[in-house]
Amino acid sequence: MAAIDMKNIVKKYGDGFPAVNDVSIDVADGEFMILVGPSGCGKSTLLRMIVGLEDITSGDMMIGDRKVNDLAPKERNLAMVFQNYALYPHLTVYENIAFPLRLAKEDNKTVDEKVRAASKTLELDEHLDRKPANLSGGQRQRVAMGRAIVRDADAFLFDEPLSNLDAKLRGQMRSEIARLQKKLGITTVYVTHDQTEAMTLGDRVAVLKRGILQQLASPRELYTNPGNLFVAGFIGSPPMNFLPATVEGTTVELPFGKVEIPADKAAKVAGRGLLIAGIRPEAFEDASVVDQTRKGSTFRAKIDQVEWLGNTAYAYIPFEAPPEVLEQLQQLERDLDGETLRTQLVVSLDGSSKVAEDDDAEIWVDTSQMHLFDPATGENLTIDLERAGRVPALEQGHDPAEQVQAEHEVADRQTAAAESAEG
Amino acid sequence: MRKLGTAVGCVLILLWCLLPVAWIISLSFKSQAAITNGSPGFFPADGAGAGWQNYKDVLDNPQFRRAIVNSIGISLIATLLSVIIATLAAYAIARLEFKGKKFVLTMALAIAMFPVVSLVGPLFDMWRTIGLYDTWPGLIIPYMSFTLPLAIWTLSAFFREIPWELEQAAQVDGATSWQAFRKVIVPLAAPGVFTAAILTFFFAWNDFVFGISLTSTESARPIPAALSFFVGADPFNRPASLLAAGAVVSTIPIIIIVLIFQRKIVAGLTSGAVKG
Repeated sequence: MAAIDMKNIVKKYGDGFPAVNDVSIDVADGEFMILVGPSGCGKSTLLRMIVGLEDITSGDMMIGDRKVNDLAPKERNLAMVFQNYALYPHLTVYENIAFPLRLAKEDNKTVDEKVRAASKTLELDEHLDRKPANLSGGQRQRVAMGRAIVRDADAFLFDEPLSNLDAKLRGQMRSEIARLQKKLGITTVYVTHDQTEAMTLGDRVAVLKRGILQQLASPRELYTNPGNLFVAGFIGSPPMNFLPATVEGTTVELPFGKVEIPADKAAKVAGRGLLIAGIRPEAFEDASVVDQTRKGSTFRAKIDQVEWLGNTAYAYIPFEAPPEVLEQLQQLERDLDGETLRTQLVVSLDGSSKVAEDDDAEIWVDTSQMHLFDPATGENLTIDLERAGRVPALEQGHDPAEQVQAEHEVADRQTAAAESAEG
Repeated sequence: MRKLGTAVGCVLILLWCLLPVAWIISLSFKSQAAITNGSPGFFPADGAGAGWQNYKDVLDNPQFRRAIVNSIGISLIATLLSVIIATLAAYAIARLEFKGKKFVLTMALAIAMFPVVSLVGPLFDMWRTIGLYDTWPGLIIPYMSFTLPLAIWTLSAFFREIPWELEQAAQVDGATSWQAFRKVIVPLAAPGVFTAAILTFFFAWNDFVFGISLTSTESARPIPAALSFFVGADPFNRPASLLAAGAVVSTIPIIIIVLIFQRKIVAGLTSGAVKG
């Protein structure tokens, strides 16, 4: 057991391209830390630097109170589960799990005890004599985990361990991993691009984008207090709605009409001109099913499409966005690995709502949950810093504009690299 | 109908391939006199059979016995060294990025394409000066240099197929680079290693050009060269049945080696390592 402390970690490749840029994350002893972000955000690189498969360009990697920057993987005493499991195909399941113990020159009796204990935990007893080729995806996954838990490692590292499983198995293995981690109480760093895994598994979640740490907070904090547009758009499904907004006093003008926001939020954004308002789909409701005593504003809008799911219904309302907001939203979509579709509002309605397609419905919105973002930097202006974990961009000595600049440079390089790879 | 066609095709191909072998075996059981007189039948005619006499004669010949030892020794040593060097070289080529990697690979291919005969003259001169002429190393070195390129190419293809994660997983599990190579990579590349070994052994065992040119006595002369010195009493009347028996004897080790190694060449050994 040990804490992992990353201090100002930088990874530059040969051409000076920073895959990981000045990332500091402290993982407490026994904590379940998630590294999440879209592809190319440096999360796997960071994990491989912890385990020692990648060199660290600068910064300090501390495990316990040892600086491990220059130690070989075998000297770091970490256990890792690879994305494709990396089982040894020439060895039986038993020998696969026993492999780390054999390398540590444990005697046969100890090896047998530990392997049996691990296989019991993972319910692999009847498969011990089989070869990995004869196992199903879920079983291989469990063998890979067995190989990790059989040693008394200081920490577990997972590199997208569930991405190769089908949806049902993924859900099972997810709770299995959570259960195992709680039982063993071992420090865990888990890389994923799946926000469901990030939200359900993590004690804290580090959101990365293009090698830069965006926010480090608990899942709840990320959800309710995203540090910037990117985090807001990345966490949550369906994603947060982004609308052009102008604030005057406590009145916010949205494409659908004017709504009132709490005075403390209004004060933070006074005199900022055009902003981007972020509202989660569930902050909306069909006005006819809302309890009249709940505070909020209403507006009328024409419903384009409704998806009724029983317990809830998603209604889609298209809107026009001015070019400066549109550009930022398109950039955001690209950052999130998405396609830019038309700008539309997604609202989550109660299942009992009778709103149908082409209706001119009255929609209620809980404006206390609205966030307002700076369209240039993407910074969340209405963030509650007390409940937002760590947002490096908003810390002393950091300039959000500078970060945006750095990210753009990375984006340009990635585009150039992709183009030259294609050509 | 289709099955029948396949069967007929197989039989035809087998006949085509094995008829010369069968004929050599047939010759080796006929007496010398019967061959000189002309003996067209596959099985020896009455009184023309020699039984095991030819084999006894061949094996009683001290020169031939010595040639068997030379051939086995030289081929095995050349194979072993070639495979060890090729494994290490191929691993480096498959896994490491270094300057001149392309150069090494192209040069290896160029050497493999070089006509063997054109090197015999210079080698003959060199070996005599250095003192390697008519010695085991004098044959092992050229055999190695001609089989290494092929072995390196075969093995580096095998190494490239092995997922790199396996090696990294081993390192995380506590292995040194050498342990990861020995305990994970080499067992997985075993089919490639044995393929390379068989190819190398064939080349060394079957070689005639180096064998005849770079040796002068029985101290290093391999079987193919030794067979050509079987002249018998009359230079114009070569002992065909003895030669046939010698040829059969010299194929036996090859068959044994192939049977041993063939079991090890199990394709698809890496399946199951990673999600396919």
